[in-house]
Amino acid sequence: MADATLTHDMPAAYEPSLFGTYSKKIGMWLFLMSDSLTFGALLFAYSYGRISTSNWPTPFHSESIVNATIMTAFLLTSSLTMVLAVRAAVNKDAKAQRLWLLATMACGMGFVILHGREWTKLIEEGLTLSVFPRLAGHAATGELGGVALSVPQFPATFFGLTGMHMLHVTLGVVYLGVVALRRYFIPVLLLFWLAAWLGTPATSPFHYGAHVLLLASVVCSIVLWLKPKVYDSSDVEVAGLYWHFVDLVWMFIFPLVYLMSAKIL
Amino acid sequence: MEPYQQAIAEQVAEEQRHHGKAQFFWVWGALLVMTAIEVYLTYRNMPPIRMLTILMGLSLIKAALIIGFFMHMKYEISQMKWLTMCALVICLSLMLIFFPDAFRILSLGAK
Repeated sequence: MADATLTHDMPAAYEPSLFGTYSKKIGMWLFLMSDSLTFGALLFAYSYGRISTSNWPTPFHSESIVNATIMTAFLLTSSLTMVLAVRAAVNKDAKAQRLWLLATMACGMGFVILHGREWTKLIEEGLTLSVFPRLAGHAATGELGGVALSVPQFPATFFGLTGMHMLHVTLGVVYLGVVALRRYFIPVLLLFWLAAWLGTPATSPFHYGAHVLLLASVVCSIVLWLKPKVYDSSDVEVAGLYWHFVDLVWMFIFPLVYLMSAKIL
Repeated sequence: MEPYQQAIAEQVAEEQRHHGKAQFFWVWGALLVMTAIEVYLTYRNMPPIRMLTILMGLSLIKAALIIGFFMHMKYEISQMKWLTMCALVICLSLMLIFFPDAFRILSLGAK
């Protein structure tokens, strides 16, 4: 029995994939499918709250709509630059690949900065959550101060949904930074963390939220230390799938949250 | 990466080398135009249900373009397309079961 061997018809060197592609890509698709259920649940919770609440607020003035439209344009453009990065990677053009990845990151950062500005404006107007740091004076006198008290579902679902998306965009920028610059990205990430932490007042939720970047730099350092490698076209394509997914989710958040709650006079 | 996985990845990369660059710019332009239409509709006073229907319709078209072209699903084999997309649509559709309850609360006049 010790000499018995198992045989099968599949060649040892190459087994065709059921899905016609490599495992890493299938793994990312499975992750994205599970993540889409997370965002699906948040979007359905937002819609449920909206349907069941007769006095749902419409706090987004023209300025907010313009801001959110520019954010959308940033994300759509970042998807184009990402697909061009994948194209450069399959053509083995390392320089163009890095440049397109950096352009994608720049668009992603533009999105996060504009979104942060929007959040700050809403918080200053009184729309806040109990977990956010207290902003003296604004909650009582701000235009949206009453909204947080009368319809608490709105700030809860708004900040929950858009905050989760902002976190995904931020981690996407980190992911692309690691693929583009590898270990050289770690000091850049630490600089981003310091800038975000020291550049925001203690009354801003981003002051503490910036520590996500510190945590990300620790995780990235461990990953790069355990498995240093040159990322090839398959890695860039898989990173691209994640990035396009983040863009895709925003295509539903933008109309549902912003455009359907616009206050256009 | 394992050698056979590398071989599959090379094959996928080889297929992608033949994708035209212009189509990505067309898709990007179409996405921007649809976004502009959505914003334009916001500035017109439309009944909310009609507005929601149009916005969700445009969002679904935008999602299909992103998945099909940017995420390369259009070029995947049919097993990949059908299994992933059907599973996703079915799971998301199951969440619709909560909406009748939201309407029930509204009709009860709960504050």
